[in-house]
Amino acid sequence: MGQKTVAETIKEITRKHLTEDNGLLLGESITAVGWVNNTVPDCKGIIELPMTDVAGAGIAVGAAMVGRRPIFVIRFQDFLVLNGSPLIFFAAKIKELHGNCAPVFVRAIAAENFGPCHSGVLHSIFMHFPGFRVCSPMTPGEYEKIWQDYMEHDDPMIVSEHRASYKNTEELNDVLEKNADITLYPVSATRFEAVKAAQMLKKEGIICNIINILWLKPFELTKRLIDPLTETKKGLVIDPGHEIAGASRSIAYELMYATNCKVGALGLEDKTKCLYEPLQNKYPDAEKIYKAVKNMI
Amino acid sequence: MRSPTYGIIPNIAKSIKSDILLQIFNNMCRVRYFELGLIEAFKEKIFDKFVYLSSGQESIAASMSLVIPDFMIFAQHRCHSTYLSFGGDPVALRDELIGLPSGTSGGRAGSNCLQYHKNNMTMFGHHGLIGENVPFGVGAALGSGKPVVCFFGDGAAEEDYVFAAMGFAVTHKLPVFFVCEDNNLSVLTTIDKRRSWSMTEVAKGLGMPAVDITDDPWTVYRKTQELKDTLPAFINIYTCRAYWHNSVGTDGPPEWDRFKIVKDELIKLGMGKQIEEIENKIKTSMEQIWDKKLLQKLLKK
Ligand SMILES: Cc1ncc(C[n+]2csc(CCOP(=O)(O)OP(=O)(O)O)c2C)c(N)n1
Ligand SMILES: [Mg+2]
Repeated sequence: MGQKTVAETIKEITRKHLTEDNGLLLGESITAVGWVNNTVPDCKGIIELPMTDVAGAGIAVGAAMVGRRPIFVIRFQDFLVLNGSPLIFFAAKIKELHGNCAPVFVRAIAAENFGPCHSGVLHSIFMHFPGFRVCSPMTPGEYEKIWQDYMEHDDPMIVSEHRASYKNTEELNDVLEKNADITLYPVSATRFEAVKAAQMLKKEGIICNIINILWLKPFELTKRLIDPLTETKKGLVIDPGHEIAGASRSIAYELMYATNCKVGALGLEDKTKCLYEPLQNKYPDAEKIYKAVKNMI
Repeated sequence: MRSPTYGIIPNIAKSIKSDILLQIFNNMCRVRYFELGLIEAFKEKIFDKFVYLSSGQESIAASMSLVIPDFMIFAQHRCHSTYLSFGGDPVALRDELIGLPSGTSGGRAGSNCLQYHKNNMTMFGHHGLIGENVPFGVGAALGSGKPVVCFFGDGAAEEDYVFAAMGFAVTHKLPVFFVCEDNNLSVLTTIDKRRSWSMTEVAKGLGMPAVDITDDPWTVYRKTQELKDTLPAFINIYTCRAYWHNSVGTDGPPEWDRFKIVKDELIKLGMGKQIEEIENKIKTSMEQIWDKKLLQKLLKK
């Protein structure tokens, strides 16, 4: 693919939205500390919110209600617990309740290695509540696609970004192998790790398909997802969020129920993510995926 | 502080044109008689969902709606008076309460979540979380540049996101009117048990004009005229709800009955005949809306 990174893609989309399409961008400390990993352009339409996480989300929702299609930036997904109320209880409900809409584009940024309240991946919570579109783009092309999707619909969208993707310039295509032993379904930054894990496993004669999960909700059980699983009979869904009641188990359930094949889930352990080992509880990296696959086979 | 006379401008009624006085009374009657019909229907078990009655508090929206009719409205759960005074259709409200598709939200939302987007009135529907309408209203003013009024109770005023949003409105000089309908109660807990501070002082501290007054409609009318030109602004209005927090019961007479006080004053001002006509006309029309046979037909009971 081309030379454009995910970060540059976000910046370009944002610039056009703010300068040509009357959009808004709201968030805390946007215009400082590297302009959100260099994903935000220096142009009109940027509103610096005070450190008012609940009210800030409400203000973004209000702007959405009057048609500004705001981009609401959340530097660390953990803060979504505070930001969540206006999004979950209003933006996502207004369509079914009142027949109108509040389409907020929520840039929920995840990261790894920042301790208990800055390393979380919370997209599962938003899959749980009705009314959201939830996705996790990791490539420039995917980001463009999900932006187009947002502009074509009137739902609030949770975009589960990951810092690990910002420098990426490559598209991540599905990998379909002959006589594969297992099909991997990685989500978010674990997609980069799944590629590495598959290479490690190949050296030992274990062949993996990789089916990339971009859309968490609506989640469609297409042939693309199901066919490789019916061949390999085994699958593993991998997600950087917590495993219990999370995206990995939820998707594994859907796949298993649809195919009768054994599908495992790999996410975070049911432990706090501390800053240092032994309780760092890192997201499933290549090593962890490698081990999980070996256990299944 | 809290009293039926707090902050009333002396002889205020005499300085307001009689047609305005009558329009305010007309609005108050719309709410009072709509809700009397509602209460009957509720008691007859025509419907059984939560209702949050405005009776007792009618004077606030009744007067403000005449000064700021074109503001976008963000109300919270106790919103029948806002809806009816700013021009919402009582039939659509009735239908919402009894769950018909012709209701304000297709009969899906109910008493505490009214919306109206017709006849030059823009009222956004609530969802049930007190005070969240305030940041929404502030965001709508930011996004549209148009004036907004946010109505909320003394309980909602305590929600952290309410004054965070008010502060944002000051910073960005947004045209938002913050109105606290202060009935001294959050469900049944009085303010003295909940906090030691005044919302009006908080609003002043944030840097916006702010006043405390009682729910005398003519004083509210005058103060609204003054404050609407200096937005953002805050007004805290002492008032009394006549019925339970929700549903249609009462705990004895309210601290004061503004409806009766207003009527007596208007009679003293020589408008007895006009207000009698208004009252009878509205009473009849609301009785028609809540006619039992009609309701049974609508609900095919
Ligand atoms: C965020 C939130 N917290 C609590 C409640 C429960 N609740 C519903 S109404 C109410 C009382 C609100 O009092 P106030 O804002 O003064 O309005 P009033 O009912 O007196 O008109 C409470 C606490 C709620 N609906 N939303
Ligand atoms: Mg109250």
